[in-house]
Amino acid sequence: MKRLLSTSSIPSLAFAVALIAAWQFVAESRIVSPVFFPAPSLAFEVLGVRFADGSIWPSIGATSLRMLFGWAFASLLGVVVGAAIGSSAMARDYLEPTLEFLRPLPASAVIPVAILFLGLSNEMSISVIAFGAIWPVLLSSVYGFGSLQVRLREVSAALGLNRIEFLRKIAFPAALPDILSGVRVSLAICLILAVVTEMQASLPGLGRDIFLAQRNFRSADLYAGLIILGAIGFIANHVLLQIERRLLRWRHPNL
Amino acid sequence: MVQRFIRGIIVPALAIAVWEAASRTGILKLEFLSRPSDILAAGIDGLRDGSILLATAQTFEAAALGLAIAVVAGVLAGTILGLSRPIERTVGPTIEALRPIPAVAFIPLTLLLFGFGLPMEGTVVAYACVWPILIATVAAVRGIEPRLLEVAQALELSFAERMRKIILPAALGRINVGVRVAVGFALVVAVTVEIVVNPRGLGYSLIVAQQSLRIDLMYAQLLWLSILGYTVNALLRTVRTSEPDLQAGRAA
Repeated sequence: MKRLLSTSSIPSLAFAVALIAAWQFVAESRIVSPVFFPAPSLAFEVLGVRFADGSIWPSIGATSLRMLFGWAFASLLGVVVGAAIGSSAMARDYLEPTLEFLRPLPASAVIPVAILFLGLSNEMSISVIAFGAIWPVLLSSVYGFGSLQVRLREVSAALGLNRIEFLRKIAFPAALPDILSGVRVSLAICLILAVVTEMQASLPGLGRDIFLAQRNFRSADLYAGLIILGAIGFIANHVLLQIERRLLRWRHPNL
Repeated sequence: MVQRFIRGIIVPALAIAVWEAASRTGILKLEFLSRPSDILAAGIDGLRDGSILLATAQTFEAAALGLAIAVVAGVLAGTILGLSRPIERTVGPTIEALRPIPAVAFIPLTLLLFGFGLPMEGTVVAYACVWPILIATVAAVRGIEPRLLEVAQALELSFAERMRKIILPAALGRINVGVRVAVGFALVVAVTVEIVVNPRGLGYSLIVAQQSLRIDLMYAQLLWLSILGYTVNALLRTVRTSEPDLQAGRAA
């Protein structure tokens, strides 16, 4: 995705600072109860303390690992199954309607089923994440492998490539742009579901942290958790964008 | 066409037949997977006594509320950002910093602010839905033929008039694209909020069914959710095909 909104300039920094200053002012003047609306300085103070004593790292680690594991499962499975379905018109006819029916199901709705089978465990969390995140990868790789140019098939036939070689050397690189865009959408879903399952099953991580902060009316901790979650989402997306740019450099040699 | 339909239905039909047979012969344990026939019966019961329909109405209510807020906020903010580069440059980075926060992370905060019920659920849905609408609106407004805006300026139209007579008609087609994405989000987020905390709607009755070991009812509601999601998606697809030309605003 191209960057639609511009990212940085002095006025923009000034705006962000002004916004935080206004927030600080409103909070200090106690127009709104600090139980709901703590001063940003308090939220940053919480972050400072938790980074200094290191108590935030286990939470960040747990949530990130959950997100990455689920994402890895979803991506691998999505690409393999997507390639199988996409490269065969027959498989598309048989399986696509079933997939179309399952896809709109909210991933969080399978949480009760997953709890039934796996209990309140990490396995439950990761399978829910993988289930929810597989659809963008699966559908984009079905599309990517399904829309190969006929000439590519002819070339590989002329070169005498077998099916595995064709998939690895021709079809996969050709489908890669589609796959990568699906993979990036699915990473965002993984973070969402990591947080959801942590809140639902009380598994360690940032999701549980902010949930407990709310129950104990520690609103500064809550805002601190939101800031960290936003940062994780932002960083993950940008790392993938960089990887995508590098992997797809062959498409735009001039960039 | 008929052949493709038959092929599409073979896999699920076979799976259900095997499932039913396996649970009747006792290979599958009923405490994990109810029989398809029991699930169907539970679903019909739930539909008949109105409990599923009531929960569906509650979920849709929250999804619609959140979507309405998101459309108003997203289109307004998107128009302002789309019209003015300086404003966009000033506010854009703050938006880019807020956007990656998962909407569900706001569940505890909205719970603190509003307590259980419709307002907290609507707010979380609105947060999730506003981004695709905002982004689509910025792109749509930027794509409007500049001469149209110059005409508006020459006619000295007020902001409200400019919005109503020039901007919205020209940008509507592309804004629709964002709204369609948001509609898909709305239902998913509403159900998620209900599953995590909010004691109303389909998500909550799903959790209740699981915790009270009405496994057949749980699967029936899951099936119902699939049908709803599929129907909403199918409706959105028909809207897409009957949509006016996206470039109409440019050509005018």
